[in-house]
Amino acid sequence: MTSNTVAGILLDRTVTYSLRETCRVCGSEAEWVIALVEQGILQPTGEGRHEWEFSGSSVHTAMKARRLQLDLGLNLSGVALALELLDEIEMLRSRLGMLEADHD
Amino acid sequence: MDYKDYYDIMDVPRDATQADIKKAYRKLARQYHPDVSDKPNAEQLFKDLGEAYAVLKDPEKRAAYDELGANWKAGQEFRPPPDWGAGFEFSGRGFEPGDEEAFSDFFEQLFGARTGRAYADRATGFDARGQDHHAKILIELEDAYRGATRSIGLRTPEVDASGRVVTKERQLNVKIPKGIRKGQRIRLAGQGSPGVGKGRRGDLYLDVDFNPHRIYKIDGRDVYLELPITPWEAALGATVDIPTPAGRVDLTLPAGVGNGRKMRLKDRGIPGSPPGHLYIVIKLTMPSADDENAKALFRRMRDEMSYDPRKHLEG
Repeated sequence: MTSNTVAGILLDRTVTYSLRETCRVCGSEAEWVIALVEQGILQPTGEGRHEWEFSGSSVHTAMKARRLQLDLGLNLSGVALALELLDEIEMLRSRLGMLEADHD
Repeated sequence: MDYKDYYDIMDVPRDATQADIKKAYRKLARQYHPDVSDKPNAEQLFKDLGEAYAVLKDPEKRAAYDELGANWKAGQEFRPPPDWGAGFEFSGRGFEPGDEEAFSDFFEQLFGARTGRAYADRATGFDARGQDHHAKILIELEDAYRGATRSIGLRTPEVDASGRVVTKERQLNVKIPKGIRKGQRIRLAGQGSPGVGKGRRGDLYLDVDFNPHRIYKIDGRDVYLELPITPWEAALGATVDIPTPAGRVDLTLPAGVGNGRKMRLKDRGIPGSPPGHLYIVIKLTMPSADDENAKALFRRMRDEMSYDPRKHLEG
């Protein structure tokens, strides 16, 4: 077994990816990413596709969307709904975790 | 090698119809999908499910698998019979999406060599990019405050010199950046599976989650600490020594602080821009009146304090 230290890139708001890079990471065509933007699932900055900049967290969302679509056969509006509900569930679980702590 | 009970993984009886199996797959796929499930081993569960389905949904493969019989129990040492495969014609049809994912050693022993499957990703070709890998990594709250280096074990399927798929194990030390939050994803370029031909290696994606903490609760970058206090501290106010993830501090409780009150320690949550806050949640506690001395004190309060918390409930 070999051991080495790697840093990696955190997919957050401090890094940006172009449309092309986003397609590459997701393994998709440009049309698919454009469709996500049209659905409001992704909100890149910049005017026009050639200037679009996707934040790291957007690319993370796009990756999730891709897997949900391919693995579960969802259409894009289904993907959009799933992502929104998953975010809400995460938020509620967090709050619930704190409420339950108060009951001893 | 371990026998894998595909019927057990899919939670279907051995005489399930093909329709039953399809339905079971769809239901479990929704549950186990790594982007849906909160479980740390979701990737493996989903992979196991995919493999079970790949076998059971194909009547040929299912028949071959059933032939091995229920003689072996999950976890038992397993060797396919010497004449394994004789009499079964594998059509070597292509798989469904997701089949390019590496299957277990068990599957490879039974079906890999037979189908002559080329190890390539979705863009099939002689030069293909290696598979991306996804995993979850659990860290401590303190790691998010200070940054850390965590060691993870990876099992990467690779094609060896003779063209067989083997699972290579390796350790990777990953830098966890300061300020990381639950659910964030770290991209490690080139740490996925090797490519085919001139194809470059795939990437490794790590999704971060926190181990449950003994005293803190985490919500995004905000951290919550439940602080038990005494009735006299609440009534008279006090300065108390409390822990925070970045070290102990003195907290001044104002006189009259009530149960459930949240006191915000600004910017003392997980670092970032903006940093989170640390919330101290006051929990008013009562000493029990175990001895005569304590009882006497309580009787004095009852007799000398005019305090009626149920006034608004009077008839």
